[in-house]
Amino acid sequence: MNGIPFDLQILNVLAALFLLLSFSMLAQRRIVTLVNLLAIQGLILFIATVLLAWRTGETHLYLSAALTLGLKVIGLPWLLHQLIRKLDVYWDTEPLINPSATMLIGLLIVIFAFGLAQPISALASTATRNTLGIAIAVILLAFLTMITRRKAMSQVVGFLSMENGLFFGAMSATYGMPMVVELGVALDVLVAMLVLGVFFFQIREQFDSLDLRHFETLKEDE
Amino acid sequence: MTLSAFAYQLLEIILGVITAPVLLGWVNQCRAWLQNRSAPSLWQPYRSLHKLFYKQAVLAENASPLFRVAPYVVFGTMVLVVAIVPSLETRLPFTVAADAIALVGLLATARVFLSLAAMDIGAAFGTLGARREMMIGFLAEPALLMVLFVAAMISQTTSLPLIAERLSSESLALYPSLAFTAVAFAMVLLAENARIPIDNPATHLELTMIHEATLLEYSARHLALMEWAASLKLYNYVCIGITLFLPFGVATQSQGTTGLALAIVALALKLLVAGSSLALFETVSAKLRIFRAPEFLATAFLLAVLGMLVHLLLGA
Repeated sequence: MNGIPFDLQILNVLAALFLLLSFSMLAQRRIVTLVNLLAIQGLILFIATVLLAWRTGETHLYLSAALTLGLKVIGLPWLLHQLIRKLDVYWDTEPLINPSATMLIGLLIVIFAFGLAQPISALASTATRNTLGIAIAVILLAFLTMITRRKAMSQVVGFLSMENGLFFGAMSATYGMPMVVELGVALDVLVAMLVLGVFFFQIREQFDSLDLRHFETLKEDE
Repeated sequence: MTLSAFAYQLLEIILGVITAPVLLGWVNQCRAWLQNRSAPSLWQPYRSLHKLFYKQAVLAENASPLFRVAPYVVFGTMVLVVAIVPSLETRLPFTVAADAIALVGLLATARVFLSLAAMDIGAAFGTLGARREMMIGFLAEPALLMVLFVAAMISQTTSLPLIAERLSSESLALYPSLAFTAVAFAMVLLAENARIPIDNPATHLELTMIHEATLLEYSARHLALMEWAASLKLYNYVCIGITLFLPFGVATQSQGTTGLALAIVALALKLLVAGSSLALFETVSAKLRIFRAPEFLATAFLLAVLGMLVHLLLGA
């Protein structure tokens, strides 16, 4: 540990916090807090990207950091808060599996992800290759968040958290994706968010709630 | 082992046994201040102990010898733990004799005797308290072991004095794994010492109390020993936490008497801070329902395991 330079130590701490935030999102029942956690996760991603850009001198990382700050820390959470206020959905229902069990499944997922990342990070040559396991774990945990929730709102938050994980993974394996891809992904997420926002209103108009269970029954069955 | 080592060991034990009720008094004082009440004196725990020691002991008719022996066993175990935890100096006869896992075993012994004694009379509340105590114990113990394992993995040894030496001698490094486990340890400390999110130490409401319910049948000197043991348990947990996460200032063998004096001052400061932050946390949080306790302790376990995984992956 003493051999590692101080900025890499900070990066490691940020990576650990990133993982911790994923877990708190998994446990969180209040949708407003969930969105705030997402914003904090974006903030950590932003700090990590800036630190990595400063360390490696790759200028395009500054750009993607600015993109992260604008979109994931300010833009999307603000949009989500607006939607929550308009749709008046402050609470998620009880998750499908009880929280302690979800946590334990999450732990198994983290172990799996770390095992999965080991051969990949052995091949990578970046200074941050160790954090790849954390990125994969965050992606899978976001999946789990989406699976264990019923409401459309929290599923979208899970989706955005997964995008954060992907970004972090690209950063730790190859110092970020090419600029074109990054811009494309950012635009995709923004558009997806806007479309989903419209969807929310349509879903609510149809079913009087955002509970996705209603999707599982066919109309003729009623 | 020289004679001076034994003298230091004796000093450490006596200091611990004397300080423990004062620590409890300090926590109560801080709590009272934070709640805008006039605070009881720092020596209040001593006054109640004194009162209890001078009362005549009353035993239930069907009390077995176990009931009479248990307070001495519990108190003795806690004093032994005081001797083992390297709160002042690292190389003392007792501190090097047992490692962290033996320590958890000793704490479990105390819990078993406490619960058996609570069930011994056969009264309903004692049994209820014993069951709850065991439930909390079996949930908290894996988390505590995981915390100890992470510290052991970082310093490559399960011996507490060596962990303290290794961590205090190292140059400043950021350990996210230690930060996670520190939070987990704080949660275990709250649960094990019947503090507020799990149990309210000030309550005597039958349906919610855990620790107090196990002591209902005790009186006089037995009760005094049990309460002293409870305050020793709090002191021990705080000292274990200090050893694992804030070992700076602990004396090593080479430093002699001045090192010991410095260590006493450092320990006193750390205890002051720990006591007041415990009181602060207790004031701002509400008691959980008993059925939420597993969730609370599962979170502690999760944090400790996460700390271990992060240590394995990042080497930090």
